[in-house]
Amino acid sequence: MRAFAALYARLDATTSSNAKLAALQDYFAEAAPEDAAWAVFFLAGGRPRQLVPSRTLRELAMQAAQLPAWLFEESYSAVGDLAETIALLLPAAEQSSELGLAQWLEERLLPLRGLPPEELAERLPSFWRELDSLALMVCIKLITGAFRVGVSRLLVTRALANLAELDPKRVAQRLVGYTELSHRPSAERYLQLIAPESAGEHAQRGGQPYPFFLAHALQLPPEQFDSALGPVQDWQAEWKWDGIRVQLVKRDGQLWIWSRGEELITERFPDLHGLVDTLADGTVIDGELVVWRHGPADEDVQGALLNAPPVAEASAVQGIQPFALLQQRIGRKTLSRKLLDEVPVAVMAYDLLEWQGEDYRSQPQHHRRTGLQALVAACASPRLLLSPLLIADSWAALAAQREASRALGVEGMMLKAREAQYGVGRTKDVGVWWKWKVEPFSVDAVLLYAQRGHGRRASLYTDFTFAVWDAPPGTPGRSLVPFAKAYSGLTDAEMRQVDAIVRKTTLEKFGPVRSLTPSLVFELGFEGIALSKRHKSGIAVRFPRMLRWRQDKTVEEADTLAMLQAMLP
Amino acid sequence: MDLVIARPEGLYCPPGDFYIDPWRPVERAVITHGHGDHARWGSQHYLAAAPGEGILRSRLGAEINLQTLAYGERINHHDVTLSLHPAGHVLGSAQVRLEYRGEVWVASGDYKVEPDATCAPFESVRCHTFITESTFGLPIYRWQPQAQIFAGVDDWWRQNQAAGRASVLFCYAFGKAQRLLQGIDASIGPILVHGAMEPLNQVYRDAGVALPDTLRVSEVPKGDPRLRQGLIMAPPSAGGSTWMRRFGDYSDAFASGWMLLRGARRRRGVDRGFVLSDHADWPGLNWAIAECGAERVFVTHGSVNILVRHLREQGLDAQAFDTEYGDEDDSAEAPTDATQEPA
Repeated sequence: MRAFAALYARLDATTSSNAKLAALQDYFAEAAPEDAAWAVFFLAGGRPRQLVPSRTLRELAMQAAQLPAWLFEESYSAVGDLAETIALLLPAAEQSSELGLAQWLEERLLPLRGLPPEELAERLPSFWRELDSLALMVCIKLITGAFRVGVSRLLVTRALANLAELDPKRVAQRLVGYTELSHRPSAERYLQLIAPESAGEHAQRGGQPYPFFLAHALQLPPEQFDSALGPVQDWQAEWKWDGIRVQLVKRDGQLWIWSRGEELITERFPDLHGLVDTLADGTVIDGELVVWRHGPADEDVQGALLNAPPVAEASAVQGIQPFALLQQRIGRKTLSRKLLDEVPVAVMAYDLLEWQGEDYRSQPQHHRRTGLQALVAACASPRLLLSPLLIADSWAALAAQREASRALGVEGMMLKAREAQYGVGRTKDVGVWWKWKVEPFSVDAVLLYAQRGHGRRASLYTDFTFAVWDAPPGTPGRSLVPFAKAYSGLTDAEMRQVDAIVRKTTLEKFGPVRSLTPSLVFELGFEGIALSKRHKSGIAVRFPRMLRWRQDKTVEEADTLAMLQAMLP
Repeated sequence: MDLVIARPEGLYCPPGDFYIDPWRPVERAVITHGHGDHARWGSQHYLAAAPGEGILRSRLGAEINLQTLAYGERINHHDVTLSLHPAGHVLGSAQVRLEYRGEVWVASGDYKVEPDATCAPFESVRCHTFITESTFGLPIYRWQPQAQIFAGVDDWWRQNQAAGRASVLFCYAFGKAQRLLQGIDASIGPILVHGAMEPLNQVYRDAGVALPDTLRVSEVPKGDPRLRQGLIMAPPSAGGSTWMRRFGDYSDAFASGWMLLRGARRRRGVDRGFVLSDHADWPGLNWAIAECGAERVFVTHGSVNILVRHLREQGLDAQAFDTEYGDEDDSAEAPTDATQEPA
């Protein structure tokens, strides 16, 4: 635990990727395989389920620190991180336990799950007494499942690859599924990650997916595309679908559906299980899971899409439904017949990663596309659609097509180099995918409530609730209606300024929340908007964030609810 | 009767007709220490502890009408007996003891209970009523002994030196800088300071505080190897400015009590945060309050409401004083520029 805590401190202390890489390599070079196995699990984003309820954790911490609840909560509010708060409040041990990470987890922490509070009260404080302040914080983060330390999976992959002198892509492949809850990390699994490459390794087994190839944001005006990207003919353009990125894996007569977070979600989408009969063994498809309603005259959708002129027309994507509907399916454990009928899903296929058992990823994009088209046509399932190609003879023409994105319910376009391979993660060495998103929706809203933030924003009032007016300017007695919460988008300097203003304009405090005399206007951006019964305003916006602090606008000049309603699809 | 009350101009002693650290110009001002939010320009008469004279004159002007007292020396003014006692915060910092008709009040200004070699150590003064600051008034704030912090700075400097990198240490120019200079191991390499710091170093040296030799950064030519071997001390406002360019590859650090919190460290965006404060931590505040024997406590700037509630739970008669010192109310944010109250 001590070595892992020291690694955490090193990673946390720097923003340099090289310094982080060096810290990871130093750690893995020294660590016992069973400890390294768990370190990889956590660093690559693995989360065990919460081992101890937060409430119990807080109560035991208050007792150990001999503090009343209110003082503990005030401390937590200032620190903005539960594990850090507890570590700062408890008397620290002089020396940290020598016991390794694996032993801590397997013999001490994992067995805590489900224990009665009396038993937890017995065990936890005695564990804490063995840890210094840093190790204590890390330990509590492992317990709460809130362990995060600014290391990308890619960086872990590189550290292991450097150490074992392997191709990082190979390590990435081996890491797929490593953080799945059903597999417990072990020395054996860790040693497999860094083992020398074996001859037959490229052949995939079981339901193992490939690492997803991730896109980069394209933030250039279209006039510069020719010089930055080359001619439009070298690129494959598609809509950027607003759904869940998935891989469909069909092998050994079985179908697996993986989300981009490498979570197995097969069970949640029974509507797609029929594909097991239509896809051939040894097929892996990359695509977007979306809610798709088939129109009455739309029985042969994929045929229609293929036969249609390869130009985007509204009719080609008329079946796509807003993401808000898909949210009704995500996370739902029991799926009623009604829900399945009302919110049917389909996969919008856009890449072919394995075909007839062969890894297709090193084939050029256009070649994979040809294979994909044939496959989807042969499959002839209304649940497997082909993401249409968007054809234009110039970037300007493509940019013009992109204007239709909002109306079509897509987020913009994807640009994929025709000759490029399918890469690993967010790499650019063998090809690149660009996401060319449309500008977000935006509205000028008034800051109404503020709460202190967490992490980097800890102790500053940075978590805001925003409101718009319920009537046009000049209407007597009009009022502000809260509609969105946002916390990102401000610079550090702006955060401090706004924090100071929040403190000065506080009307009332409700627990951690302050209501404010309205004085600040922000331009809020968001990706989607939908009707909502749960919100007082009657609407819900997706991924809201602050685009700009409108210091040039008064509160009276902020936008109205009617303007938001006009944006509804 | 109350010997100190809060007025719009500042804390005021009615029987003595003078103010303590007023934030507006007044006739008579008793100054606890020279930080900008306590010592303000424009009053007619100033009274302060003798070791702080150099600081006050360098900040408020050589010509100010300033009377000084040795620590412990008593004077009488309108029947109020006044004396100043070390607060351990910075050079010349004082607690103000007021006695009137058998009633004793002590206004602490800012204070720190751990002794250090750059100023007289905090002296506990018995009183009936104590006015305390509360900058770090939360139980999360517990300082490590300063020797450990200095050793941490030394290690960081040595590592950078070995890697051929400059070590840029940001800290407040008055108080913190001198404490660091005094505490670090000057044999490691040359110490270079930002132009804004050297005049204060000189004031400390003139007052008899032993500080290692320092060079002004501007005296060292560009490309001089000393830039990469040295420890460079600068006020926080120099961070991100063009002044930094001369150092090429450097590691930066910030020394402040606020660096205890990970969030504050990350926002500051420096490589290292050294938790070194010139204020009392939570145990320090509670110790000082218990030690002075006061039954009544007024709490000023910092975590006012929290400390008040905590003291009431301990059975003391505690109340809040609204002041314009440092950070307001429950803020825990680090000050961002060198003119603000340091921590």
